[in-house]
Amino acid sequence: MHKESAIREPLILGHKTYHQITEDVCKPIEDKAPKTWYVLFAIALIIGIYGVGCIMYLLGTGIGVWGLNKTIGWAWDITNFVWWVGIGHAGTLISAVLLLFRQKWRMAINRSAEAMTIFAVFMAGTFPLIHMGRLWLGYWVFPLPNQFGSLWVNFNSPLLWDVFAISTYLSVSLIFWYIGLVPDFATLRDRVKRPIPKKMYSILSFGWSGRAKNWNRFELVSLVLAGVATPLVFSVHSIVSFDFATSVIPGWHTTIFPPYFVAGAVFSGFAMVQTLMLVMRKAMRLEAYIHTRHVEYMNIVIMVTGSIVGVAYLTELFVSWYSGVEYEAYAFINRATGPYWWAYASMMTCNVISPQLMWIPALRRSLYFTFFISIVVNIGMWFERYVIIVSSIHRDYLPSSWSMHFPSHIDIGVYIGTIGIFFVFFLLFARFFPVLPIAELKTILKSSGEYQKNQPDTHHDNSHNH
Amino acid sequence: MAEQIIYAMYDDDDVLKDGAKKLVAKGIKVSEVFSPFPIHGIDPIIGIQNTRLGIMAFLYGITGTIIATLGMRYFMIVDWPMNIGGKPNFTYLDNILAFIPVTFEFTVLCAAHGMAITYLLRNKTIPGMIASNPDPRTTDDKFVMEFRMSENSKFTSEEMLDLIKSTGVSEIDQKEVK
Repeated sequence: MHKESAIREPLILGHKTYHQITEDVCKPIEDKAPKTWYVLFAIALIIGIYGVGCIMYLLGTGIGVWGLNKTIGWAWDITNFVWWVGIGHAGTLISAVLLLFRQKWRMAINRSAEAMTIFAVFMAGTFPLIHMGRLWLGYWVFPLPNQFGSLWVNFNSPLLWDVFAISTYLSVSLIFWYIGLVPDFATLRDRVKRPIPKKMYSILSFGWSGRAKNWNRFELVSLVLAGVATPLVFSVHSIVSFDFATSVIPGWHTTIFPPYFVAGAVFSGFAMVQTLMLVMRKAMRLEAYIHTRHVEYMNIVIMVTGSIVGVAYLTELFVSWYSGVEYEAYAFINRATGPYWWAYASMMTCNVISPQLMWIPALRRSLYFTFFISIVVNIGMWFERYVIIVSSIHRDYLPSSWSMHFPSHIDIGVYIGTIGIFFVFFLLFARFFPVLPIAELKTILKSSGEYQKNQPDTHHDNSHNH
Repeated sequence: MAEQIIYAMYDDDDVLKDGAKKLVAKGIKVSEVFSPFPIHGIDPIIGIQNTRLGIMAFLYGITGTIIATLGMRYFMIVDWPMNIGGKPNFTYLDNILAFIPVTFEFTVLCAAHGMAITYLLRNKTIPGMIASNPDPRTTDDKFVMEFRMSENSKFTSEEMLDLIKSTGVSEIDQKEVK
């Protein structure tokens, strides 16, 4: 039952016991936070508050404060939206798709990747909401009876599909994450001594007691949620891509968009997971659980999805020529050689060339190099959306209305602000929540722990009296 | 009548599983197992049926599909048909392609939420519930089997203790509850 091929590298290094796993995960929560945590939290909070200030100003004045003009009606807002949604794809992919494929290495990263997903989708949701201008009428996106307006919402519009996709994705990710957290909160509840945290974790753990029947249900619920979340992950970014693909703008009107956006989302999501995990494993001393092997696996995912994205870029170029549509061809020539050539060049370098370096084993096993590439990919994926959105619309059919997009300081402030708020959430998560799934890690200890793996077979059979 | 309960604590999940197998073979009923993580293969030994939550998830999902279909048919076809680029919208089937994304999302939404809520209610794990694990260490690294004397009336508590002690148990505790 607990046997696994001996040549498979262990996932948990060192001689860990069940108790040691609990200790390692709970210790950073129970100890006082290190100074760096406060410093990082303060920085993130200040940036976040600045972002909230910009949003307030935007809502008070109107979206005219953005750098949009009559040709470029969509720019940083939707770029940031798609960027954040893309980042939010790794968490559920890791926990759902990798659960279906029974990939045990997911267990070291799924909890924080899911947290990252949820916070990233929060940030993504901010942009369409504030783009409404009158935020307080946001509930009009739901199908409400006619007296709220003259019509029902338009179910033929991809923008409305997006409302359903994003809200379903957010809430399903949230329950998936929380159902996994409940037993771990119970572990914390039974450990902490101080009365207030004990009370808090007691409420959060919903009175979980770890009965056999509860675990039986737990496993099935995880499996079924993974089963429904897997197509959900793919549907969400497909639907995000429909926002563009169903339009008739050259450069957007492309059938390749859904798979290409999904691959790009996984690509950027894993890059963000790498950025966060590499810092977290060091800061919280989780090197035994998240080590080179995990980083390498994630780098392989980055390499594969990066290659898919690269192929999609080249296919787009080819099809724009092969289609024989001159407007389509111009959109792509203009992208690569027009005034936005620098954005296109950054996108190509960051997304097509950099992941190819991961073919070299020494590079994909290097933590510093991985960290560097993960930042590069995050930047590249932001540029990808910027290129697709702005470069396709800045020169329309009427040369007299050709224009350029210059972000206003509010554009920049809101974007930087969402990064701040994201890190506020993530730092709070890392401080108060179990960042590794304690219960799940214990289930793989015997098959994938370094010490347990290297034990001679007799050790194990002694406890089995068949 | 006061109920006698024996708690047998183990340090290892495999030891507990083998112990449970032996005790069940002797005719003892294991009333409950508390563990920090799912012990694979314990359910058939102690006679726990597989959960039927999967069926519920399917039913919730189908409900979502039906609600989404009926809703969109009413909004877009019956109540206020919209002319969108002159596309045909006289019947639901004319326009069905546009309705697939929302139907899918709503199906997933209903299946996931319905199942999660049912799961929490069936487990009796809702905010504010008091935990009922016999020892705080069962959420860390200890595994506990619970035996209720009322379910094991064939045995005296001494016989039970002797049998349990032969299974590599680390601690034994006896309790009386009303």
